[in-house]
Amino acid sequence: MIEDLFERIEWKKPFRYVGMVVWIGVAGVLVIVAALWVINGSPTKVESYQTGYRGTGGAQLEFESELARLREINRMPESEEPYVPREGDRLAKDVYENVQVLGNLTEDNFNRLMAAMTEWVAPEEGCAYCHNLDEGFAYDGVYQKLVSRRMIQMTWEVNSNWQSHAAPAGVNCYTCHRGQNVPEYIWFSPEEYPNVGPSAMYQNRAGQEVPVYASLPTNSIEALLGPDVPIDSKAIQVQADSERAPNDSFDYQTGTELTYSLMMHFSDSLGVNCTFCHNSRSWADWEQSPPQRENAWYGVRMVRTLNAEYLDPLRDTYPAHRLGPEGDAPKANCSTCHQGVNKPLYGASAIENWPELVSPDPTYSQETAAAD
Amino acid sequence: MATALEYQNIFTQVQVRGPAEYGVISEDSESDIGRVGEGRFSSLIGWFGNAQLGPIYLGGWGVISLITGTLWFNIVGLTMLASVDWNFAVFIRDLFWLALEPPGPEHGLSVPPLMDGGWWFIASFFLLVSVLSWWVRTYRRALSLGMGTHVAWAFAAAIWLFLVLGLIRPILMGSWSEAVPYGIFPHLDWTAAFSIRYGNLFYNPFHALSIVFLYGSTLLFAMHGATILAVSRLGGDREIEQITDRGTATERAALFWRWTMGFNATMEGIHRWAWWFAVLTPITGGIGILLSGTVVDNWYMWAVEHHFAAEYPVVWDQPTPNPNLMEGAGDAGAYVPNNDVNVGPYPGDGAGSEMTQ
Repeated sequence: MIEDLFERIEWKKPFRYVGMVVWIGVAGVLVIVAALWVINGSPTKVESYQTGYRGTGGAQLEFESELARLREINRMPESEEPYVPREGDRLAKDVYENVQVLGNLTEDNFNRLMAAMTEWVAPEEGCAYCHNLDEGFAYDGVYQKLVSRRMIQMTWEVNSNWQSHAAPAGVNCYTCHRGQNVPEYIWFSPEEYPNVGPSAMYQNRAGQEVPVYASLPTNSIEALLGPDVPIDSKAIQVQADSERAPNDSFDYQTGTELTYSLMMHFSDSLGVNCTFCHNSRSWADWEQSPPQRENAWYGVRMVRTLNAEYLDPLRDTYPAHRLGPEGDAPKANCSTCHQGVNKPLYGASAIENWPELVSPDPTYSQETAAAD
Repeated sequence: MATALEYQNIFTQVQVRGPAEYGVISEDSESDIGRVGEGRFSSLIGWFGNAQLGPIYLGGWGVISLITGTLWFNIVGLTMLASVDWNFAVFIRDLFWLALEPPGPEHGLSVPPLMDGGWWFIASFFLLVSVLSWWVRTYRRALSLGMGTHVAWAFAAAIWLFLVLGLIRPILMGSWSEAVPYGIFPHLDWTAAFSIRYGNLFYNPFHALSIVFLYGSTLLFAMHGATILAVSRLGGDREIEQITDRGTATERAALFWRWTMGFNATMEGIHRWAWWFAVLTPITGGIGILLSGTVVDNWYMWAVEHHFAAEYPVVWDQPTPNPNLMEGAGDAGAYVPNNDVNVGPYPGDGAGSEMTQ
């Protein structure tokens, strides 16, 4: 049989069979790929969840290839329950010298918080990251200590004044730091690109963190969430709210591109698409928007407040190597806390064990007191 | 098998070789003066069209068009290269992202400074001259060959959209900043931002018409191309003769469409349909762009006003309130930081001390 086949093949004309061999090869590769696809599951599997009315495109996507990484980086570490203050407990300001922000904590809770902050921010360096152990814990000559005072105040600001955005989970140091001295997602004023005027100074570059893949402006965070933006600025809103609007009520094309770029940052930071906060047929219309948009609206104002009042003013406290290329302090945007998920750390409470991080005068719950 | 490979191949299967074809002797003696080259043959281009390459007619308008077009191309390329500080590697890496941007809105319709839109202004002038010269060339070449000027007017339809985007609308809006940047992704981002800014071009009826004609053009083109190829072995590729002297190819093609959709075009009519669909795509699109920002600022609101935007039920507990309208929005103010604590600035930059940790 094989001999028959060999005889029938016209060996003097081998190229006659090239086409056939190529097609068999292509078909074979396709069969192998299809088999692997079925056996291992699609490497690009996407789960979709409907969130809006049918026909409006309201759906959120979950990329299976991303889930393992996101779950790994967004896990809140275990923490100790607070020591409910008892009669005769001494306060930190009476026990230790130079306790300027956490003085109203009891000695036990103060030490508990110090230990946790070490784990959250400087697990490698330990106490020495913020304290000069030779000069003593009260010594103020370490910039990290000065910065952390302001960071504790900033945490109080978020947990007390921005419940509109951050409740009920709240934030603690780990929400941003994730065990690192400097949070991974911070931003600096972008550098101007050379040899172009103001109209193109901050756009048209590949591979920028903001606005992800597009050639849109790279300065949208600074222009719309930066420390110089008034807290209640309406600059993000670029659509006219009626069929015909006066010319000064909406922005030029360049302003629209800034908003577009910022929205790409929102989307990228939270791992969501446009319909998480909008009915995409009419971005401006609140009545058609999912309720998440209201939360984002407060988030915008919260981030502006944090950048203007807490983060940017620290530029003189940091040493030069902590500053950006334009000499500005590291600042926050959506990614700083969210890190790829719409609720930071998948919504795990950052404050249930940390009333000390909600306000300077912590209140401890009665249940805990009774159990104690 | 061999028949299928030749007959159903997407590449041209017949390449005629002989002395180069020089065409009719024109009544317009200028036609011969402007010709460049001898006429050569290429098998490769023969797969896609006529294997004969050249001679090409250059002429005065062609020379103007090529020079100004080259100037535009080089200004755009060199300003892109300058914007990456003349780093050729970054230029290649970021090529699809780079752009020559129009001036900022603060310059209005004035001649902008060279480094802030000035090069865009100069390049745009050259591109305008180049495109219009090329149009004159298509018009004059058609006349000198005794043809109709259908190609020139179809090209003019595209030029209309080009003029609306880069000249007419910016002038009506009072700012060159409204024009489209020269760049691959930048012009796409411009387009998306344009729709966002004007409340969704989906609701712009001229945008809708433009899409109808665009998609219609592709449909007609596919139907026509497929029909003629399918009957070419019966002589169907001799379309023009068959307008007046129909043969079995035409009869079979016509019958095919009457059987499948009850109606058929004619060998003449299909070409008029195709021409109008193609030409109306940029004409209606240009009208839609021109009306945005000049007559209508929010197309969605316009659609609501004219009762053709569908209403959807609220699927959340309640309609989301507009926080802009709330009293004291965004200022909870329960906690006020004590600014008397020592948060620096620390004297000195900390060099050589624990400050650098």
